[in-house]
Amino acid sequence: MSIVLAHSASEPSGLDWLPVLLSIFATMAYLVAAARAGRTPTGWSPLRTAAFVTGMVLLAVALSPTMAARAHHDIRVHMVQHLFVGMYAPLAITLAAPVTLLLRSAPLGSRRRVAAILRNRSLHLLGHPLTALLLNIGGLYLIYLTPLYALATTNETAHIAVHVHVLAAGYLFTWSIAGPDPAPRRPGLAVRLTVLVVAGAAHSALAKLLYAQASHWPAGVTISPVATRDAAQLMYYGGDLAEVLLAVALFAAWYRRRARRVTAVPGEVATPA
Amino acid sequence: MAERSRVTPTESGSWARSTAAATLVGIGLMAAVDEIVFHQLLQWHHFYDRSTPTVGIFSDGLLHTAELIAVVAGFFLLADLRRHGRLVPASAWAGLILGLGVFQLFDGIVDHKVLRIHQIRYDVDLLPYDVVWNAGAVLLLVIGTVLALRVRRRMAGPSR
Repeated sequence: MSIVLAHSASEPSGLDWLPVLLSIFATMAYLVAAARAGRTPTGWSPLRTAAFVTGMVLLAVALSPTMAARAHHDIRVHMVQHLFVGMYAPLAITLAAPVTLLLRSAPLGSRRRVAAILRNRSLHLLGHPLTALLLNIGGLYLIYLTPLYALATTNETAHIAVHVHVLAAGYLFTWSIAGPDPAPRRPGLAVRLTVLVVAGAAHSALAKLLYAQASHWPAGVTISPVATRDAAQLMYYGGDLAEVLLAVALFAAWYRRRARRVTAVPGEVATPA
Repeated sequence: MAERSRVTPTESGSWARSTAAATLVGIGLMAAVDEIVFHQLLQWHHFYDRSTPTVGIFSDGLLHTAELIAVVAGFFLLADLRRHGRLVPASAWAGLILGLGVFQLFDGIVDHKVLRIHQIRYDVDLLPYDVVWNAGAVLLLVIGTVLALRVRRRMAGPSR
């Protein structure tokens, strides 16, 4: 650990490539499992596979040593990283339904263990959209409005912890709102929509606060207000697009569910064909 | 969810649903037009106006987010109606125009005048701008209402 702490941004180390290597490893594992699931009668949608590869490419690009080095000096690059790691990659990975694939591919013992985790009460609490909202957007407020951003630029451990948190919280939030993976006790559409609106509002409000107070925030670092304003605008419009995509994912799932429900309930169909 | 139980798959149910779904799209679209034309292209009022208090920022963000989701939700509701052969296109057009008017009037009265989140322009006499803005909104609402009622009358006619 002391080596990690002593390592500075200018000298490359093997650890710099770790996120890229992990992305490649996860992609290979998914591709093997998807290929095997594809040969079964139920099959596996190539769209899900494409979504997973997209998510991993976004992660690998955002966390590559080149981007990391540039993000260190430029808050705009940092913001692109944040959008990829915290919003776009989680959305792509969520839509790829990795847990479903795992449940279909893993040996029986592991499957039981995954199912037990999914039934766990603390996971239900953690996976509630409100908890996910607090962890996700609350984390962002802490990063940009407290000295945490400054700490993460100087301390390697804090730096890694922030990235891991942003990815995990982004994934948890996306899954709690619109994930196709099994989500026991997931609240209804109204709750999830409300949380999505609040999350979007909180995200855009943070972007506006950063824009307005560009000379004050992020605290403890010297960044030109012009660069911070650019980053705030990236956060604002990039966040919008991510939110629209998430809303589309949520309603697309609703649209598919309704097709099944309406045809299943007798008397609900207007014109029986 | 309540209307599921009372609405039978009749023409009048489709009329109300088609209008409501398109109204949602109209509200979102007008909010987006406001943002693109006045905030971004003309830059008359901003992304963030410096006079705005923190609460104003959040409420503006809430409105903005709700607008995006309204467009997405409206389109999916329309698609669902169409899939079940219940979409009444004329009602949907009326609803769209109603939605445009609803948002513009809301923006003109609540945002500009009551909450004072932002004004249309700064350092000018606001009166002509406010009159054009709100009169435009009322005109849209009148056109939308007339269209909606015409469709309803046409549909109610033969069944009575």
